[in-house]
Amino acid sequence: MSAARILAPLLLVLGLLALWEGLVHIWQVPVFVLPAPSAIGQALYEDFASLAFSAWMTLRISLTAFVLAVLGGVALAMLFSQSRMIEMALFPLAVILQVTPIVAIAPLIVIWAGMDNPNRALLLMAWIAAFFPVLSNMTLGLRAADHGLLELYRLYGASRWQVLIQIRMPSALPYLLPAMKISGGLALIGTVVAEFVAGSGASMGLAWRIMESGNRLQIAKMFAALLLLSLLGIAVFFCLSALEYLLLRRWHESRVVREA
Amino acid sequence: MLSISGLGKIFSGGVAALENIDLRMARGEFIALLGPSGCGKSTLLRIVAGLIAPTSGRVEWAAALQEGDIGVVFQEPTLMPWANVRKNVETPLRIAGVPATERTARAMEMLALVGLENFALAYPRTLSGGMKMRVAIARALITRPPLLLLDEPFAALDEITRQQLNDDLLDICNKAQLSVLFVTHSAAEAVYLSERILIMSARPGTIRRELRINAPEPRAEAFRHSQQFAAYCGEISAALREAAV
Ligand SMILES: Nc1ncnc2c1ncn2[C@@H]1O[C@H](COP(=O)(O)OP(=O)(O)OP(=O)(O)O)[C@@H](O)[C@H]1O
Ligand SMILES: [Mg+2]
Repeated sequence: MSAARILAPLLLVLGLLALWEGLVHIWQVPVFVLPAPSAIGQALYEDFASLAFSAWMTLRISLTAFVLAVLGGVALAMLFSQSRMIEMALFPLAVILQVTPIVAIAPLIVIWAGMDNPNRALLLMAWIAAFFPVLSNMTLGLRAADHGLLELYRLYGASRWQVLIQIRMPSALPYLLPAMKISGGLALIGTVVAEFVAGSGASMGLAWRIMESGNRLQIAKMFAALLLLSLLGIAVFFCLSALEYLLLRRWHESRVVREA
Repeated sequence: MLSISGLGKIFSGGVAALENIDLRMARGEFIALLGPSGCGKSTLLRIVAGLIAPTSGRVEWAAALQEGDIGVVFQEPTLMPWANVRKNVETPLRIAGVPATERTARAMEMLALVGLENFALAYPRTLSGGMKMRVAIARALITRPPLLLLDEPFAALDEITRQQLNDDLLDICNKAQLSVLFVTHSAAEAVYLSERILIMSARPGTIRRELRINAPEPRAEAFRHSQQFAAYCGEISAALREAAV
């Protein structure tokens, strides 16, 4: 089962790559329209130092934004769980932040936050993109605690803090972890979008490599940058899925394996 | 120990659950509460535990009760799914800030009492309904509360385990002078366990009949097979049928 799970998609990808390679050669597609996989591999190999550096820049900003989004979202949701008033006052603001297209406010952010330090503008934009799923799911999760358990804690005179940490937080985990998977991807997307908007000179991330090689018609290198970008996304998703598995496998219904 | 007078409860949705309940409970007394489903037994227990406020009437305790002086077993086991059995049992002590080693020792003691010492590290979802209920009982007993409120704790158990736990419960109560308010649907269980049986009417619940069980203490197996026992059971069944209409 697990071998097939890895082998099947791997074989499919290899087959598609071979088809791609073959068709590019047969139809003699110019390299500035569609490079063959071998050309992409070669570009990756030759420009590896600069591409890897750019990937690291992008990854660093998205990870920082992601961590800050999780911390901020969880902290704010905890605050919401303590006071309905605060939630009613602040939640609409968070929604406005969420529904406003990041591209539309990017120029403003670049001006306000990025004049002296472009990375700060990128970070802020990636954070805005990643923040909302954590906040909204965590708020829901903290509220979804079992009523009986809350009564039990009240019976024994538990403090608000004990209820929050010992009941509400664990109850919220199954809500938080999927949101983190979404946020991880959004942080990466947010970073790349921000890099595009901030333009050249602002960053050395993968988006900049993509624009640069596009301008120079180095399409193979562009594909190599894209490849790295999707690998980053997959890695982020994989790590967060592993975290979810580790934290929920023992007790959560989603992890129960029914005996046939 | 406990005195309830003129107690009534109307839920915010307009459901009148309880009406004019009067009840006095002496220290060390074992009282069973019987009545048709939905008549407000669980609601009464919640009010006594101080979890919801009555609409009218009052509940008074003889001595000032502290946290952990009332042990409650809810109708559902109400366990934390993310914590293993031992940690679940420890919960009241963790809230009270008892050190970990003492907590664990007490939890293991309670688990031995309900026959689950081999399941200390199991997670609730791997337990049967009856086992979960026993975990909840162990948790309620761990603070050694003088007052115990039990809401159909043995409903999901087989007859033998149930009788075993009945005897264990009586044993604990006699040793520690526990007062118990015990909700059940089983007339036989009520007769075997309690000194007094209260029979409630259909909603809005009010106490329709009171029955004193005059049988030697401590109760033993022989009591179950006595003439007297059968007579009490018959009387209660009749009273329940009457109360349901
Ligand atoms: N939180 C609540 N809000 C509104 N109505 C409620 C609430 N809890 C209970 N009730 C109503 O109060 C009535 C009594 O409920 P309760 O749970 O006390 O019954 P019960 O005697 O314990 O029944 P059972 O034997 O089935 O457990 C029911 O009709 C129920 O619909
Ligand atoms: Mg009930």
